Amino acid sequence: MLEALVLNLVLFLPLLGAGLLLVSPTDHHDFTRRLTLVVMSLQFALTAWLYGRFDSSVAGLQFETRLPWIQSWGVHYQIGLDGYNILLVMLTAFLGPLVTAGAFSSISKDVKLFYAMVFLIQFAMMGAFLAQDLFLFYVFWEAMLIPMFLMIGIWGGERRIYATIKFFLYTAFGSILMLAAVIYLVYSLQTTSGIVSFAFADLVKARLPLGAQSWLLAAFALSFAIKVPMVPLHTWLPDAHVEAPTAGSVILAGVLLKMGTYGFMKLGFPLFPDATALFTPWLMSLAVLSIVYGACLALVQDDIKKIIAYSSISHLGYVMLGLLSLELVGIQGAVIQMVSHGLVAAGLFLMVGMIYERCHTRELAAYGGLAKLVPVYSVFFMILTLASVGLPTTSGFTGEFLVLLGAFKAAWPPFVLGLNHLPLVLAVVAVSGVVLGALYMLRFALGFLFGATKAPHSPLSDLNTREKTILGLIVVAVFALGLFPDEPMRKTELAAKAYKQLVTTSRLPGRAP
Amino acid sequence: MDRTQLLLGLAVALFSLGLLGVIVRRNVLVMLMCMELMLNGVILSLVTFAQQTATTVGAVLVFLIFVVATAEIALAIPIVLLLVREKRTLDLAAYSDLKG
Amino acid sequence: MLTLIVLLPLLGFLLNGVLATQLGGNRVGKSFVTIVGCGLPILSFLLVVKVFFDLQAGGYAPLVETAYRWALVGRSSFEIAFYFDRLSAVMALIVTGVGSVIHVYSVGYMAHDKSFGRFFAYLNLFLFFMLLLVLGRSLLVLFVGWEGVGLASYLLIGFWFEDLANARAGKKAFVVNRIGDAGFLLGMFVLYQAFGTLNMDSINSAFGIGAAKVVPASLVGILLFIGATGKSAQIPLHVWLPDAMAGPTPVSALIHAATMVTAGIYLVARMSGVYLHAPEASAVIAVVGVATAFFAATVAIVQTDIKKVLAYSTVSQLGLMFLALGVGAYGVAIFHVVTHAFFKACLFLGAGSVIHALGGEQDIRRMGGLRQRIPVTFWTFAIATAAIAGIPPLAGFFSKDEILWFAFASTRGGSPLLWGVAALTALMTAFYMFRLLWLTFMGESRMAAKVEAHVHESPLSMTGVLMLLALLSAVGGFFALPHFLEPQLPLPVVDEALHHLEKPLLVLSIVIAFAGLAAAAYVFGAGTSRAEGLQRRFAGLHRWLSGKYFIDELYERLIGRPLVWLSDFVFLRLGDRVLLDGTLNGLAALGRRGAGLLVRLQTGSLHLYAWFVLVGIVGALLWSWRHA
Repeated sequence: MLEALVLNLVLFLPLLGAGLLLVSPTDHHDFTRRLTLVVMSLQFALTAWLYGRFDSSVAGLQFETRLPWIQSWGVHYQIGLDGYNILLVMLTAFLGPLVTAGAFSSISKDVKLFYAMVFLIQFAMMGAFLAQDLFLFYVFWEAMLIPMFLMIGIWGGERRIYATIKFFLYTAFGSILMLAAVIYLVYSLQTTSGIVSFAFADLVKARLPLGAQSWLLAAFALSFAIKVPMVPLHTWLPDAHVEAPTAGSVILAGVLLKMGTYGFMKLGFPLFPDATALFTPWLMSLAVLSIVYGACLALVQDDIKKIIAYSSISHLGYVMLGLLSLELVGIQGAVIQMVSHGLVAAGLFLMVGMIYERCHTRELAAYGGLAKLVPVYSVFFMILTLASVGLPTTSGFTGEFLVLLGAFKAAWPPFVLGLNHLPLVLAVVAVSGVVLGALYMLRFALGFLFGATKAPHSPLSDLNTREKTILGLIVVAVFALGLFPDEPMRKTELAAKAYKQLVTTSRLPGRAP
Repeated sequence: MDRTQLLLGLAVALFSLGLLGVIVRRNVLVMLMCMELMLNGVILSLVTFAQQTATTVGAVLVFLIFVVATAEIALAIPIVLLLVREKRTLDLAAYSDLKG
Repeated sequence: MLTLIVLLPLLGFLLNGVLATQLGGNRVGKSFVTIVGCGLPILSFLLVVKVFFDLQAGGYAPLVETAYRWALVGRSSFEIAFYFDRLSAVMALIVTGVGSVIHVYSVGYMAHDKSFGRFFAYLNLFLFFMLLLVLGRSLLVLFVGWEGVGLASYLLIGFWFEDLANARAGKKAFVVNRIGDAGFLLGMFVLYQAFGTLNMDSINSAFGIGAAKVVPASLVGILLFIGATGKSAQIPLHVWLPDAMAGPTPVSALIHAATMVTAGIYLVARMSGVYLHAPEASAVIAVVGVATAFFAATVAIVQTDIKKVLAYSTVSQLGLMFLALGVGAYGVAIFHVVTHAFFKACLFLGAGSVIHALGGEQDIRRMGGLRQRIPVTFWTFAIATAAIAGIPPLAGFFSKDEILWFAFASTRGGSPLLWGVAALTALMTAFYMFRLLWLTFMGESRMAAKVEAHVHESPLSMTGVLMLLALLSAVGGFFALPHFLEPQLPLPVVDEALHHLEKPLLVLSIVIAFAGLAAAAYVFGAGTSRAEGLQRRFAGLHRWLSGKYFIDELYERLIGRPLVWLSDFVFLRLGDRVLLDGTLNGLAALGRRGAGLLVRLQTGSLHLYAWFVLVGIVGALLWSWRHA
């Protein structure tokens, strides 16, 4: 009971924070920054407490709140924690204070408005993860767009208007289709079984013919695939990342992209199992294409933010591969990879932001020998690079290894029985992704850290205490997840099993469940 | 042709002349006058029908329309006058500020 | 206890890495770094010795120690566990033993380097991962160590990163290793798929009781071997090792001679249970091994950098070890690993001593006449050279001779052809090693004048180690390692019909070794004039060999450039910009043009609007009249 209240508090704390900012004085930047940091840290502390209280042996929702909202439509305000979202909620809460602290020295214009935007995005992201009612989920999904749009558009780089409009329209387009699909889904549930409800737990019992399922999945998948992003719907990401301010990039890479994969895992695939089975070869091919395409493109970029942006596309390809493998090992790996990418990409973008503040350029060619100029910075950079490459003992390895193992495990039997060669071919290509990953990240490290020293506006100051603390926390989390993944995986295990069960059970009308 | 048909014919003629005028003429004030002509044509047909039914409804309606038309003209003419003062011409072609 | 052995070097890494570098503000001095950096590995070594005695006391029953559970998925559990049996004991002793002495050597060698603390931190990190590799129970733990030593190698090759070429060499090593690792991962996946576990002892015994029918052993064998090719620098993934010489010499000795590169051999030997049932894979290993040995030896003959000669020599010797593995003589391969660790480390450290004495000179064309000036270095180098050439009764002779014998006579794939190529390789080995010895130490000095003035013998921390390793190179062969390992790694059955050829072949090996010595003495004994004459006669061949068969260039042309072309032109410009962004921007432009067309209706002309209203009304009336 108390936990349910705390969960609501965790959700609404950023909104309260935004409200507090509204009434606080406008030009006292320090006060604004501290207030934001305090609120975000409080949110993290409460989330950590809930994380500790989360019972791994209970399947289904914990700390649930269910209040009627729009009775006649069957819409409820329903939030709760389960294995699907526990790690992502933790990630969001963890990155909140880090984003805030990371932006201390880079944002000096309209600081209050900026942090209000950060709060609103945090609120929307938290809500999307916690929502168990499809209407509520959709509201939060859309709610995140406007603050992000403003953040990129106001505090962004040179081509920010183009980038932010592209981001907004692209994402909104997918969402509109998803709304249509949601409405149709609820409507068909009502006509077939008389239940009027937007609750996920009810919708998952709907029975739809394969044609309907396919169209609905296509609509959902489009929206989620744009968010992930999957190739070929990814072109908004490099532009958005490059033009966004550091905090925006960190939020985008750290959490926002996970909303797409979370959507697939929670809604897309479980709601339409038969269509998923039909589309799996295509989706899996796109996932592997994302892995390879993203890596290849990262190899030839000269803008350091673009390298990390394309690496995100590559990493999240692994997540999709894991989810589609329908093996417990792969699914668990996918969840870990989501969290790992969130940490590593957030860390790398924070580091790019730190060096940008000092040198004001994002061109790789403008840098060199940073290992000598800023050694402490270089150590953190190297650690995060290796985590991105998937070196064992880091979270990147845990995610990639389990995903690839799952993909292979799913692909081997059909191959041996001579039924289907594609999954194995895809799995082998995906494994080659580890080589490409090393190639582009080490090229980045080579040009960035080693060789003759070269950096605009040198001499450069090395990391200060605030920066070291932020990066230190991320690095600790990366190693914790890399060395001791057992504990987080306990928490997500039942959800992974439930996911597998839901996606492999046919729900065509007329078939027995 | 009996009286009703004659009157209706006249009403239609008035209306058509007015409509034609609105479409063809370029002078703003003339367009206004033609719109009034259309209105009168409609009123005439209304009076004709009212007389046929022999109820008071028709007559009441006619007087209502007179009042509204007067109010409308009272507003329209000053607006046109202000516009004309602005544009310094009565030619409708000059009034294309709403162009897309 | 096993966990402690593994963790001690990690502690050294953390302490030195934080306190002795700029990360922690350079808080401690060289003595702290030395005590921690050398002391912890030595402590590890002593603990390994102790555990070895425990093992012996327990009748060599394998010791298993589980540290903790890494992950549990369904019913299969991934655990971090350590395993100590005869094979692990041998490997652990070499890793910690030779490792510790090289740490001690580094104290003297790196004494003037400003990143002294960082160097020892990285060395300790390497030792930690290497111990994980050899003591791990499951392929997962081995893989963690496998990748980890790759990391340490990357960091240490590029240690002097101000020169971009060094960092580039480190990157090359890591990436080429990764290619091998992809194969390794696939092999692991097949095994996991079949057995639900990655514990090597379980897998080996499963194959022993007939799993070969269910799982294609050769497929697994080849996949794991791909990993081994990467790590142990065999064709086609050998290209990183010569470039790795960019790192400081102790690194070359420790990582690229004695320990890391032998990880591939350890892997195959450890998984012998699989390879015993995989004749196709074993054949591939033997052929690749002997081909690499031959090819690398030919290149070593013409190299002019002292370290590059030794690097190619290492590749060649590793090839011979794989040859032994390929014909089923797993214990013999490990024997050669041990002896090779002794004499190759001695050679590399000796080279380091020479480089140190000459103030950085590495080109053997500018050496010579050092025999009297740095005698300890010379004598230890000479002993190690004789050992690698196979001169009896030094260590190399025993291990190499056994390899040649089994290559010839093993019923698991031995053949005269394999023996022939291997024997030729042995001849070339003796030749180029004595060439190296002659050109570096003997004859008239060809040194630059100011280099010659500063020639001095190395400090005791360096020469002491050299003497120890030279001693081990001399007597190391007398310890009958293959027989020690036999209960675990049985020696292959020898073809009965060929038994009588054992002694003649033994004599032939000795003849080959001395023939190589004699040839080298003849060509290089009187300075470089005869050699230069030969070089002119065979200019084309010489260019081909000096260019290492231009394999690096081939890879660049076949893989490197096409990959960049594909990524840049096809994916980036064509795919992303033209196709995808073009579609998007095209759709936006379409929208704008459509709006442009519609806007023409808004002419601002009231007449037109009125006309539209009229047309609309008429149309609506007609429609309703039609459909009434």
